[in-house]
Amino acid sequence: MASPDRPLSPHLQVYKTQYTMALSILHRATGVALSLSLLLLAAWLVALAAGAGCYAWVAALLGSWFGWLVLGGVLAAFWYHFCTGIRHLVFDTGACLEKKQARQSARVAIVAIVVLVGASLLAMLHFGG
Amino acid sequence: MADFNLPANSRYTEVPGRSHAAPAAAARTKTFQIYRFDPDSGEKPRVDRYAIDLDRCGPMVLDGLIKIKNEVDPTLTFRRSCREGICGSCAMNIDGLNTLACTKSISDIKGDVKIFPLPHMPVVKDLVPDLTNFYAQYAAVQPWLQTRTPAPPDRERLQSKEDQEKVDRPSACILCACCSTSCPSYWWNGDRYLGPAALLASYRWIVDSRDEATAERLDMVEDSFRLYRCHTIMNCTEACPKDLNPARAIAEIKKLLLARQF
Repeated sequence: MASPDRPLSPHLQVYKTQYTMALSILHRATGVALSLSLLLLAAWLVALAAGAGCYAWVAALLGSWFGWLVLGGVLAAFWYHFCTGIRHLVFDTGACLEKKQARQSARVAIVAIVVLVGASLLAMLHFGG
Repeated sequence: MADFNLPANSRYTEVPGRSHAAPAAAARTKTFQIYRFDPDSGEKPRVDRYAIDLDRCGPMVLDGLIKIKNEVDPTLTFRRSCREGICGSCAMNIDGLNTLACTKSISDIKGDVKIFPLPHMPVVKDLVPDLTNFYAQYAAVQPWLQTRTPAPPDRERLQSKEDQEKVDRPSACILCACCSTSCPSYWWNGDRYLGPAALLASYRWIVDSRDEATAERLDMVEDSFRLYRCHTIMNCTEACPKDLNPARAIAEIKKLLLARQF
């Protein structure tokens, strides 16, 4: 609450970053990133419709090291949002809301994210060659 | 809209802050870095440093604050009363987390003891935040028993042990505001989001088997801001010095709102 003559007490500036707020803001950030990444999909589809030359150019761009970096980021964002999304779905049923359980579910989600990102990268390298 | 920066008049500096050394004879010292704001000086907030002799100080952060006020700097202003974690007056941000100064051990803190007022609140003076809005939100959930049916003529309104247990923990809230002011959602939308403390109070009456205004209470919180600004971040439950669980209470309210649609 702002007040004209009273200063606002420090908040983000002093609050110790906790796993709770870190997971939450990352969930939102990955959600935004995933929405934006739909532009990539749209670009790919537009290129597909536009013709072979255009498609080859976009495919080359996505296949470059920079493209891989971006797509890898999208992949990580997807699995992050997916796993923490399930965690929030569980919260919404009223379960897992004790402090210990919430911490444990955060650990489980993070392990799942790492495993899923690793597995999908391996699968992509294996099948995409 | 969330503003992550402090307004110009609220930015604090450590440069003009004053330093107070511990007595030369002190063997074990600890430095308290304390947020200072004096509304009469016209100056911006600053952070002062006070080194204290731990061998001549009680164990809790509040003991340190009282020692500083008594022996070093009588202008230091903070709220305190019971010094045993039941009044909720000495809630402040200590070592980066909201808690009660009277139940937080100095020895639990590594390095300097950094003390700020409860986050994202208007500061009246030093560590005293203006809690007017917080109390108004508590009042808005009408935290008292509301009934339609007349009370039994020969006894009080009784409740089973199981029903009592539902309100037992939420009733232990001391309204210290540690939870609400730890919540990023409350920081950005504190004018319209009721916050964990008020919602915990609302839940306490919603689940009270004797209360007969349940539907009205649910109507009151059914709002995209009042209730649904809660994104289950869980800073509130982590912060609560009474080990209560506002996040669970809010989740239960959301469930009740969903269930009553069917």
